[in-house]
Amino acid sequence: MPHSILTVDRLEKTYDGGFRALDAVSLDIRAGEILALLGPNGAGKTTLISAICGLVQPTGGKVTVGGHDTVTAYRAARALIGLVPQEINLEPFEKVINTVRFSRGLFGKPRDDAFLERILRQLSLWDKRDQPIRSLSGGMKRRVLIAKALSHEPRVLFLDEPTAGVDVELRRDMWEVVRQLKEDGVTIILTTHYIEEAEAMADRIAVINGGRILLIEEKEALMRRMGRKEMRIELREPIARVPAALEAFGLSLDESGAWLTYGYDTQADRTGIVRLLTALQEAGLRVADVETKQSSLEEIFVGLVKEGAEE
Amino acid sequence: MNLTAIAAIYRFEMARTFRTLAQSVISPVLSTSLYFIVFGTAIGSRIDQVEGVSYGAFIVPGLIMLTVLTQSISNASFGIYFPKFIGTVYELLSAPASFFEITAGYVLAAATKALAIGLIILGTAFFFVDLQIQHPVWMVTFLVLTCLSFSLFGFIIGIWAQNFEQLQLVPLLAVTPLVFLGGAFYSISMLPEGWQAVSLFNPVVYLVSGFRWSFFGMADVALGWSILAICGFLMACVVTIGWIFRTGWRLRP
Repeated sequence: MPHSILTVDRLEKTYDGGFRALDAVSLDIRAGEILALLGPNGAGKTTLISAICGLVQPTGGKVTVGGHDTVTAYRAARALIGLVPQEINLEPFEKVINTVRFSRGLFGKPRDDAFLERILRQLSLWDKRDQPIRSLSGGMKRRVLIAKALSHEPRVLFLDEPTAGVDVELRRDMWEVVRQLKEDGVTIILTTHYIEEAEAMADRIAVINGGRILLIEEKEALMRRMGRKEMRIELREPIARVPAALEAFGLSLDESGAWLTYGYDTQADRTGIVRLLTALQEAGLRVADVETKQSSLEEIFVGLVKEGAEE
Repeated sequence: MNLTAIAAIYRFEMARTFRTLAQSVISPVLSTSLYFIVFGTAIGSRIDQVEGVSYGAFIVPGLIMLTVLTQSISNASFGIYFPKFIGTVYELLSAPASFFEITAGYVLAAATKALAIGLIILGTAFFFVDLQIQHPVWMVTFLVLTCLSFSLFGFIIGIWAQNFEQLQLVPLLAVTPLVFLGGAFYSISMLPEGWQAVSLFNPVVYLVSGFRWSFFGMADVALGWSILAICGFLMACVVTIGWIFRTGWRLRP
């Protein structure tokens, strides 16, 4: 198992007004993974990142990056972190190359134009290096933010909603960039409320709401564990109601009377599919077609957040 | 110490200055030249010498102080306010740089620009009046200390300001009157006695007096008080900024 590179231990943030944005958040992030931090707006995603990176002062708890405490050894800790903020915060009149050089210097690294060229090329920004930032498109500006964050060779990269307001094509582009970064060995923590994004990229998923981590789990395991499958059965001849002999299966019949839906748990010892099909035959129902559907991460997520709210 | 960070901020800020060179340099030079023409030449020709110095020459130190003070404050306050306004301050706060390094980068850049403009105005003054500098080393010392301490003051204003209006407020409402009433255009001894006493509460009096002494060897207040005043102001600003970064006031919620 890979060692953890970032540890968040019971991190708390209560604002002056009394609003509790982070409630004893604990997380362990493994070197080289992509963790997606999912949560609705106002869940505490950005506050969590801000508290780790030094933009917000936590009111309790502890964070270490590569073993360095972010408060007592902030220089060593922050040198390992790259942050891509949610808003496009850039100097409009500055040239791309200068702003990236500035970031590298600010993080205490000696000038290395060859390295910056590699990053700018990787992000398709090399041709635009001498252009002022305000002349770039929105997607390009986001890339400049990533280039700035990578300019000092961080080992952990925070991407706060990297594809918010970005069109579909650019979003796929961005995913590709993130995958490349992972291949280069960068650990990535990404916040998003596009479930699709987490599903496409993450190794692990953490769900945060109301300042609390509701769960953190391998994506595959999560989808297996939480994933209910549905089997839809099309009948040759429509029926008016579900026969009494099939009641135990909890089937639902659609309005046309031609489709039966059976929900089952993929993790259960017996899915009951064979028994159901046998029972259908015994009841004299002829099956025309069968299809199955796995619930998406989005459905899982909505379910979780609702559960959390009802508590 | 993260010297690279100081250098990065300094270079970045100076690049902004060079990008807006015309507006940075021409406007202070122009406005000061106008002061020379109006106060020095037109009105000054009707005023007797002040303690043996022609009025045109007498106002030179005050004029330089006026410009250097306003430039230091506006450069430094804008320097730190702008990143707050456009959001790039996130990078400063997440960098492995201490408050000392961040402040040093911005304040040194602001002070450099103010110093350069001060020297340009001094050069311009030679075109208008006959001028000699009796204590050039002290002159430069005063100039540098003023640039540094008022850039620090401007930095505090930039952190404090929450909109552009507030950013302009302090220079406009406090600094300009203090400079005009601080003996930039007259000697305190020209005032009625009561006002002389009031003037001694104006910190700018000490700056202008000390600076003027370095030119002409005459001062409204003792040189020691001038040095003490500027060093005291410098320390007060440093302590305030230290507190700001320790508490995160207006920067780190």
